[in-house]
Amino acid sequence: MLDNIKEFASEFFVTGDPLIYGADVSIVLATLGIVFVLTYFKKWGWLWKGWLTTVDHKKIGIMYILAAIVMLFRGGVDAVMMRTQLAFPDLNFLEADHYNQIFTTHGVVMIFFMAMPLMFGLFNIIVPLQIGARDVAFPFLNSLSFWLFFAGAMLFNLSFVIGGSPDAGWLAYPPLSGSQFNPGVGQNFYIWGIQISGIGSLASGINFIVTILKMRAPGMTMMKMPMFTWSVFAASTTIIFAFPILTITLLLLFMDRFFGAHFFTLDGGGNPMMYINLIWMWGHPEVYIVVLPAFGVFSETVATFARKRLFGYASMVFAMVIISIISFFTWAHHFFTMGSGANVNAFFAVTTMIIAIPTGVKIFNWLFTMYKGRITFPTPMMWTIAFIPAFVVGGMTGVMLSVAPADFQFHNSYFLIAHFHQVLIGGVVFGYFAGLYYWWPKMFGFKLNEYLGKWAFWLWNIGFYVCFMPQYLVGLDGMTRRISVFSNPDWQGLNVASTIGAYIMGLAFLFQVAQIGYSIFRHEKDTTGDIWDGRTLEFSIPSPAPEYNFAVIPQVHSRDEWWEEKERRARGEKPWQHGPIEPIHMPKNSAIGPIMGACWFVLGFGLVFHWLWMAIPGLIGVFICMFARSFSAHKAEYYIPVEEIERTEATLRGSV
Amino acid sequence: MAQSPAHGSDHHDHHAAGHHDPQDLKLLGFWIFLVTDVIMFATLFATFIVLRGGTDGNVTGAELLEMNGIIISTFLLLTSSFTSGVAVLAMHQNKIKQMIIWLVITGLLGAGFLYLEVNEFLHLIHEGATLQTSAYWSAFFTLVGTHGVHVTVGLFWMIAIIIQIVRRGLTDDTKGKVTVFSLYWHFLDAVWIFLLSIVYLMEVM
Amino acid sequence: MADHNNAHNSHGGERHEHGSLKSYIIGYIISIVLTIIPLVVVLNDMMGRTATIAVIMVTATLQFLVQLIFFMHVRDGEQPRWNLITLIFGVLILLTVVVGSIWIMGNNSIGMKM
Repeated sequence: MLDNIKEFASEFFVTGDPLIYGADVSIVLATLGIVFVLTYFKKWGWLWKGWLTTVDHKKIGIMYILAAIVMLFRGGVDAVMMRTQLAFPDLNFLEADHYNQIFTTHGVVMIFFMAMPLMFGLFNIIVPLQIGARDVAFPFLNSLSFWLFFAGAMLFNLSFVIGGSPDAGWLAYPPLSGSQFNPGVGQNFYIWGIQISGIGSLASGINFIVTILKMRAPGMTMMKMPMFTWSVFAASTTIIFAFPILTITLLLLFMDRFFGAHFFTLDGGGNPMMYINLIWMWGHPEVYIVVLPAFGVFSETVATFARKRLFGYASMVFAMVIISIISFFTWAHHFFTMGSGANVNAFFAVTTMIIAIPTGVKIFNWLFTMYKGRITFPTPMMWTIAFIPAFVVGGMTGVMLSVAPADFQFHNSYFLIAHFHQVLIGGVVFGYFAGLYYWWPKMFGFKLNEYLGKWAFWLWNIGFYVCFMPQYLVGLDGMTRRISVFSNPDWQGLNVASTIGAYIMGLAFLFQVAQIGYSIFRHEKDTTGDIWDGRTLEFSIPSPAPEYNFAVIPQVHSRDEWWEEKERRARGEKPWQHGPIEPIHMPKNSAIGPIMGACWFVLGFGLVFHWLWMAIPGLIGVFICMFARSFSAHKAEYYIPVEEIERTEATLRGSV
Repeated sequence: MAQSPAHGSDHHDHHAAGHHDPQDLKLLGFWIFLVTDVIMFATLFATFIVLRGGTDGNVTGAELLEMNGIIISTFLLLTSSFTSGVAVLAMHQNKIKQMIIWLVITGLLGAGFLYLEVNEFLHLIHEGATLQTSAYWSAFFTLVGTHGVHVTVGLFWMIAIIIQIVRRGLTDDTKGKVTVFSLYWHFLDAVWIFLLSIVYLMEVM
Repeated sequence: MADHNNAHNSHGGERHEHGSLKSYIIGYIISIVLTIIPLVVVLNDMMGRTATIAVIMVTATLQFLVQLIFFMHVRDGEQPRWNLITLIFGVLILLTVVVGSIWIMGNNSIGMKM
């Protein structure tokens, strides 16, 4: 009996690597620590009622962002480990197998569990506030989306200590990811971690489209929406068309692995290249999904800190919509080398080049917005300005890659790695950081420390260029991606430089953590709700926003409504015609979100290990949750009485 | 939106600015979900079409597929799409009993469809065509099976809706559910038309 | 937005948004006819390969439209018709996925065994 358990445990838990034992210990200690603190301070009820079961978009957004920061740490540690190995390949800091796992999890974690939740966090917190709404269209579905993301993220991260990590790259191309060449459970973790969180993303996409289309404040036509909201709309539209493709592609890979089907196998008539074709039909739009909201953030910050209207609003909207449409017609540029012939490659090369045009339009619009503006340089604006050169260089190397014949040279080299890190860090990460700094006071009611923030900013930027510029060179010199050792001595110096850059970025991240920690205790309070002298509706309400957001829904007349309102007030005109305060209709908290997330986790875990005795109860649990919700949803609402609203507003604003 | 049932019997506060008709939101949200489902089926269809030649020398669909059962199931599903529409009509006239009867008929037709599908699958497996036989059969079973799973889920969903209507009567909320369900059911019929055309008719022609 | 919705809702009863029994029956009959045509053509080998495929796809598409118009009432509702716009984009992506896959995989060096 004992031997059986031992044998099971040695297969079940990942063993043999001191790094992983260290991680095991720290995970157990951290968990015990959290449990102890919650119990000691009697905070379990607060956690459950205030956060886990909440359907408040602002709290859900904060949970997304917290999870994203933790995942940024995990993905960042992966990156630093890879760079350590590549700087000194002879030290064998990582074995080849382990290296494969780490570049796989680095990619997956950064895209699915860092960029996506950070993006959804900003969507959640800001969109309803910008359009003058009290919540998203489907608050319960929103909570469910978060818990699906969380269940998927935890399932994926569990592979680190249980069963073994996936190691077939971030897109898991078969046949390497098929059961023939990858019989372990790592790829199963990949499939179900992403599948579960992907369903959540899909639901969020639907949620935000309906929110934006149907819940805008009266007077806010589509062409009066703030640009960030437009970017969310464009990204959500792209999500609803792209994510179903991912869902099915992963399902088919699962069918191959679980049932022995022959979609992507080498035998039985299957075709692994079909997987590559399908996954990039989702994968290419996906990169635009994460970058469009960053464009939205920049459009907000650049107007606020240049103290000017955004230049070329209509062309910005047009560019964004065009980008999200064309993003569906470029996917084959990821596999020019697959051998589909000149016609196919020429078509996709041209579409790829075309997509640079609307992106260029946006860059010029931001520059023209700054032109003759009275620019100030707090951290959100610094990230915005740093984005422009980073993204222009990244975009130009992208155009180089789009030239199909030349791509045969660049393909899968470090040139490609440098390119997509430049657009993903320079575009997405810088954009989300700008957004985080910009809206942090709105979320928490205080500003982050600018001094530490500037240190973090400069370290990030220096580290970024030191890390990725050498990779272009080493890539052109022939170094391919996904190798843990190399024998060409010419590459050594550039790789060491690149690693130094990675460590500088790691240091920059620590500065940001320190910045948040420090600012929690010593900070400048946001007493007005409008700490940046902003232009859009979210700055017209107190920080942090009360649970109902707007005591009275504003009437919108123009694009920068709050800015215009301030101008009107400065001219001595009457402030907004506020209607009388009325009872506010609010959704109740629901435990079904987290419980259903847990059921999905159980289902996923069972399927990872092919334990039907575990998967089937999980699936039944999911259906029970659905029915429970269907039968109870009509009772899940309440009203906040007028007196309570008046009291809250008086406390938050001093007077109404 | 079509069929917005906002003039129902539930008390709703329409005076508050920014108060949005929840049924209107749900209808649009569900419609968008259906479009995402269209993309899911599109991906499955694309896979089926690309892999349909991948029979690996094994038995083909042209040899095994039997059209008689398929023709019957097509008419069962088509009729159930019609009856679910008639149920919605009865709902709008507040004829609760009629509506439930039409829904039950819809469900029975759907169950008949499923019975035939399961029979077909068992027959195919008996003849040696399984998920593991070849890429063609993998794609066949996954595509047709995904549609079957949709129908199954729809049946359970309909039962849940009927129970709620029996308990709570016709309110804005329950009316919205029936409306959305009928949209789902029409959608499944539309998908089946393409299954019939691409998977069956083009295979046996 | 809200004002607009309310105004619309108060008139909702007067508009014939729910279709009528007549329109459902017409839709049902057209669907049956459109199902029978390709069945007859295929089962009796009446046409060549290309013509048969054309008949199958045209009748299927028409039937899809019948479902949309007579059963799902896609034409009804307030302006702008976001549901219709979403559907049109969805069909565009659908065609991209299907036609794009066939085109790319068909041009592969391995080729697609059609």
